[in-house]
Amino acid sequence: MSKADIRTETGPSPQYREWLRRERRGHLAVRAAQLAVLVIFLVLWEVLPKAHVINPLFTSYPSALWPTFLELLKDSPQQVNILAHTWATVLATVIGFTAAMVFGTAIAAALWWWDGLYKVLDPYLVVANAMPKTAFVPIFYLWLGATMSVYGMSLAISLFVTILMIYSGFQGTDPNKVKLAQTFGASKGQILTKVVLPGSVPTLIAALKVNAGLSLVGVVVGEFQSANLGLGYLIQYGSQIFKMNIVMCGITILAVVSSLMYLAISWLETAVMRRR
Amino acid sequence: MSAPATGGAAVPPKVELLGVNLRYFGTEGETEALKDISIAIAPGEFVAIIGQSGCGKSTLLSLISGILKPTEGSVLVDGKPVAGPSRKVGYMLQQDYLFEWRTILDNAVLGAEIQGADIRKARERATQLLTRYGLGQFLHHLPRQLSGGMRQRVALARTLCTDPDVVLLDEPFSALDSQTRIALADEVAEILRRERKTAILVTHDIGEAVSMAERVVVLSRRPGRVKSDHAIRFATANGSRPAPFAARNAPEFNGYFNTLWRELEVHVEG
Repeated sequence: MSKADIRTETGPSPQYREWLRRERRGHLAVRAAQLAVLVIFLVLWEVLPKAHVINPLFTSYPSALWPTFLELLKDSPQQVNILAHTWATVLATVIGFTAAMVFGTAIAAALWWWDGLYKVLDPYLVVANAMPKTAFVPIFYLWLGATMSVYGMSLAISLFVTILMIYSGFQGTDPNKVKLAQTFGASKGQILTKVVLPGSVPTLIAALKVNAGLSLVGVVVGEFQSANLGLGYLIQYGSQIFKMNIVMCGITILAVVSSLMYLAISWLETAVMRRR
Repeated sequence: MSAPATGGAAVPPKVELLGVNLRYFGTEGETEALKDISIAIAPGEFVAIIGQSGCGKSTLLSLISGILKPTEGSVLVDGKPVAGPSRKVGYMLQQDYLFEWRTILDNAVLGAEIQGADIRKARERATQLLTRYGLGQFLHHLPRQLSGGMRQRVALARTLCTDPDVVLLDEPFSALDSQTRIALADEVAEILRRERKTAILVTHDIGEAVSMAERVVVLSRRPGRVKSDHAIRFATANGSRPAPFAARNAPEFNGYFNTLWRELEVHVEG
């Protein structure tokens, strides 16, 4: 039933119009409050250092962000512009979470297929997931070199949680749906591809949401140590030479990148869930 | 091993259970679910199996469908031992279990798809069945857009799309409200009789069993054994079997109902 069906011949009643108006007002109030939080934050960030309540050396100013960005566009460390640094980070993140999804789903499927494998590996997976993966940054650098260690950290930080999430999604498949497929003589492979995988799409998207954020963390941490490209490198470089403008500019771009990734996944979720 | 009870038919049985025992194994020990079950079901017969919850009724269907193997004894369809799920046997579960990500039509062809049948023909047949069941306009809808009764009709189309000879019905109406349940029982009984299917209905609803089936087998409490076997006959003008709804109003109905009620030894607890 669409909303139009409820409408009477004379159009919406005054009470309904009033209700709609209040709904809209409520919605606008939330948006206004969200904007206000951002503005207050930026104003405090601008005013407090200028008034020397806090030391500007440590915080830079929001008004300095844009000029810094323009400057970094022309010339930034390693003779590449800031867009190249941003691109390196975004690319490594996308590679990291794509690999985590692919390997995570494949490993979860293997664990689902061979229950004995799951029983054996279960404690190791839980421990691997709880380990602070960032402890491996220096080792990854030695093992994998500058570029690959960033990808490796991005994958390592998101892989185990992805496996655990997707596996529990697979386990959560309604056993009666599996039984139904069995009554038609479905093989294990058919149960996986026709029941378990399509039934776990909401879990796959939830896992994607979690590991997109984690992959970005892995990339930035990896870049701190080993890279000479990327926003993590830029932030590290800026702090070493005590140029807070560069640090804050890098962090702001990271915030923008996270928001865009969040939007892209939300859009994907809406597109996929429309069929459910 | 007791001699299999036949429904009085001289033709070889369509489905036959011979001295079937089933035990479940767990770390706590063995549980006897079914004990020494012997039943023979003639082709085209509509048999209801009743018993209290937990007496192993559903297990019996799982054995006939081949997704479970008996611990002892044998299960035969067309005189051949059941080795696994077969195309001859269709199974309708307690709920529709439609896949929410598939359209109605795609749900109805699931069995044909799994069995690797010609998918174009299967879609044609599914479309015919769904149209006959009044779902012609909903072929490309999603399950959540349909009511409970409509969804269960899709499940029936899914079962019949692969054209099985034997249809197993595991309390297929239990998830529906009482009006839909009675109306759908009429439809399903009519469809199965017209298509000359051998049907085995498992239920704990005595009225449903008496009104739909021509033979009712009563199972005892766990471990389930065949306690008794009743032929259900209604005197009608043309000698044909009345529709379930009409059967509920027939003079014989109450007699059968009361007999079976006593057989079941229903005790309300608490």
